[in-house]
Amino acid sequence: MSVIIILLIASISIAALFLGAFLWGVKTGQFEDDFSPSSRILFEDKPSSTKTV
Amino acid sequence: MSATVLTDQEIHCYHCGEPCLNDKIRAEEKIFCCEGCKMVYGILNQSELCDYYSLNENPGINQRIRVRQDKFAFLDDAKIQEELISFQDDKQVHITFYLPQMHCSSCLYLLENLHRLNPGVVSSKVNFTRKEAEIVFLKEKTSLRRVAETLTSIGYEPYISLNDLKEKRPAIDKSMVYQLGVAGFAFGNIMLMSFPEYLGIDASERGLLEIFRWANFALAIPVLLYSALPFYISSWKSLKHKFLNIDAPIALAIIITFIRSAWEVLSGTGGGYFDSMTGIVFFMLAGRIVQDKTYRQLSFERDYTSYFPIAVSVLKNGLETPTTLPEIKPGDTLLIHNEELIPADGILTRGKAFIDYSFVTGESLPVQKEIGEIVYAGGKQTEGTIEMLVVKEVTQSYLTKLWNRDEFKEKEEINTRSFVHLLSRYFTYIVLTLATATAIYWYFNDPSRIWPAVTAIFIIACPCALFLSNTFTNGNVLSILGRNRLYMRNAQAIEDMALATHIVFDKTGTLTSTREQDIRWEGLDLDPARLEIIAALADQSNHPLSKALARHIGRKSSLPFTSFREIPGQGIEGEAGNQQYRLGSAVFVTGHSHAARGTSVFVRIGDQVYGHFHFSNHYRESIPELIRELKKDFRLSVLSGDTADEQDNLIRLMGRNTSLLFHQKPEDKLNYIKQLQAEGGKVMMIGDGLNDAGALKQSDIGIAVAEQTNNFTPSSDAIIEARQLSKLTRFIRLCKANRNIIVASFVLSIVYNVIGLFFAVQGTLSPVIAAILMPSSSLSILLLTFGSSSLIARRLKL
Repeated sequence: MSVIIILLIASISIAALFLGAFLWGVKTGQFEDDFSPSSRILFEDKPSSTKTV
Repeated sequence: MSATVLTDQEIHCYHCGEPCLNDKIRAEEKIFCCEGCKMVYGILNQSELCDYYSLNENPGINQRIRVRQDKFAFLDDAKIQEELISFQDDKQVHITFYLPQMHCSSCLYLLENLHRLNPGVVSSKVNFTRKEAEIVFLKEKTSLRRVAETLTSIGYEPYISLNDLKEKRPAIDKSMVYQLGVAGFAFGNIMLMSFPEYLGIDASERGLLEIFRWANFALAIPVLLYSALPFYISSWKSLKHKFLNIDAPIALAIIITFIRSAWEVLSGTGGGYFDSMTGIVFFMLAGRIVQDKTYRQLSFERDYTSYFPIAVSVLKNGLETPTTLPEIKPGDTLLIHNEELIPADGILTRGKAFIDYSFVTGESLPVQKEIGEIVYAGGKQTEGTIEMLVVKEVTQSYLTKLWNRDEFKEKEEINTRSFVHLLSRYFTYIVLTLATATAIYWYFNDPSRIWPAVTAIFIIACPCALFLSNTFTNGNVLSILGRNRLYMRNAQAIEDMALATHIVFDKTGTLTSTREQDIRWEGLDLDPARLEIIAALADQSNHPLSKALARHIGRKSSLPFTSFREIPGQGIEGEAGNQQYRLGSAVFVTGHSHAARGTSVFVRIGDQVYGHFHFSNHYRESIPELIRELKKDFRLSVLSGDTADEQDNLIRLMGRNTSLLFHQKPEDKLNYIKQLQAEGGKVMMIGDGLNDAGALKQSDIGIAVAEQTNNFTPSSDAIIEARQLSKLTRFIRLCKANRNIIVASFVLSIVYNVIGLFFAVQGTLSPVIAAILMPSSSLSILLLTFGSSSLIARRLKL
């Protein structure tokens, strides 16, 4: 039944991946402003890309 | 696309949608209400940004207030720049502006295309919820001042206040959300890996069971050390103040559950209660986040600094120099331009002051001051430019002095008031007694069962159900109130509101509306034709009194005036039908001053003085009904900064049992609240202006009234939209229900606890029972709290 160990590792790492994605999303403020991104996608030409700082 | 929006044959401005007086202001077949709107259209058209208009119909903001040339001169000052800029290097500068005018997706489009209007701008990114734009620009090509001017020219004037000078806005604390994520991750996986333990596993696979237990152990560690941190911190803080709050028994339960489970895994005797422990932490963090969800776009902390400008022009040797407010000294001469705020108490030395104190007192009509009179800080000059001599420093003025009082010194405050802590304390004592009794019992009968029995009691009897019912009920009630435009600062405000026994109203701006006035004509009869001419004449002026008068008479016509003239601070005149019309102050119209009480506009037609329009406060429509309802359950008071003119009206409105006080200074209001509290009352203060700030702060619950929630409100426990004031009795009822719901769900949770304790005292609490009991009790409490609070809100029609 060592296959269970592999499954276990797989499931936990996928869950960890999602946890990482969630933490990243919170950190970059994706849950803060729910209005601008949805409207921004409708603008035809994008605002100029941010140049290197 | 049609050039103009035509409804009811009225012409509306292409930019801002306001009705136009005539169709004279045109550009490319499009009609505008004023030159300002036309200018913005011109700017956008030139930069090919007219998509702006296709995203929303008439997205613009009224441009009638012209912005003065040197308004942003202070942004050239290096010291001020340093305070405002968030980051800069040799080439680039990052700055975040607060732009309160932002309101739709067109605004977003325009602001993010700022680089097309000002080539020096590299990028701009809007945060719509916070109404902020983070702008990056090149130092070589443009300056902070020019960026601010560009923004202003398209109608988004950055709001820069003295508050920005003090400190940077604190970043939103997201750590609890991270902690929730980690707890959820651990909880889910531990549940999954606990199944073999609960469902039984083949004897030949015993090795696997060990692996699962150790994996659970490993996953529980970050929950213990990281996710549960808020509970440790809060209980530590409360213990330092020799106070037992609800977090202390919870933290204890978390730690004991972990130790017991770890011991079971290490000794190989069982799988422990890791799933229950992580689950508790997860649910309680979720509850706390629901309860603490704040309205980020609102500020409950505003004092005068977020309202005062960052700098004003000081006249030195005939030169205007922008100076930051803290540097203003008594003896300086300030130049206050039209629409600017008076930052310090002083004496008027030049010009005619026409000062709007609505932010301070709630009084919407401007007050006239002559040279030599004292002008107080907090007012806004509404006509022309004045000069004034500073008498007191900014922090020492009549208005701002209030903030130096002890009541306003921030203290580290731990919440010790809530009845939930009291409940949890009794609960903890009972549990401790029970644990001791159990330990003694097993000591004499079977000492080997002391340890499992006592730990099980602590695990099962943690007041997490009380905690959950409290946080989730509060969270739901807060969001119901928020939907009804009553925004609470925090959950404690709900409880304070439910306990109030005495309600104190401010008069001006709270009971009365700042938007409307009652206007009464006193004098000779005016025929409709003349009235119409007066309305048309008044409509030509931007003065608040003229505007109110034109609105009041209500008939719109664009009569041609052959010689229209406006004398700032005095009045207006014009000729129609061969007759000279004059509207304005008594001196201007009649030639001598008049001892009329209150605010009046005099009228002269030809050589004949016809009389005057008398302006008085207009009580909000919903107020009489509200007062009738409140009178039944509360003691009421009205505080007014004004004279006793309105006394008769107020007695009629409020009844004879209400205390009415006039001539109240900000400090008097504060002291009155203190006095009521000393008599044992729980005071709810409802006010709107800066002069109520002290009373709002001192009261048990201070509610600030705002015509619009993004307008200025003084610091308070709650902000209510003026129109919603009529629902106040229902709001109070909902807050009272809140407490009952919490108690009811607590009783339910005690039932669960008794079942659990039944197993626990015998030392036979198996992880399966704990695993079923914990989530099912939590979920049923969630349903009960959400369901009943929503039901009550619906019954109250909220």
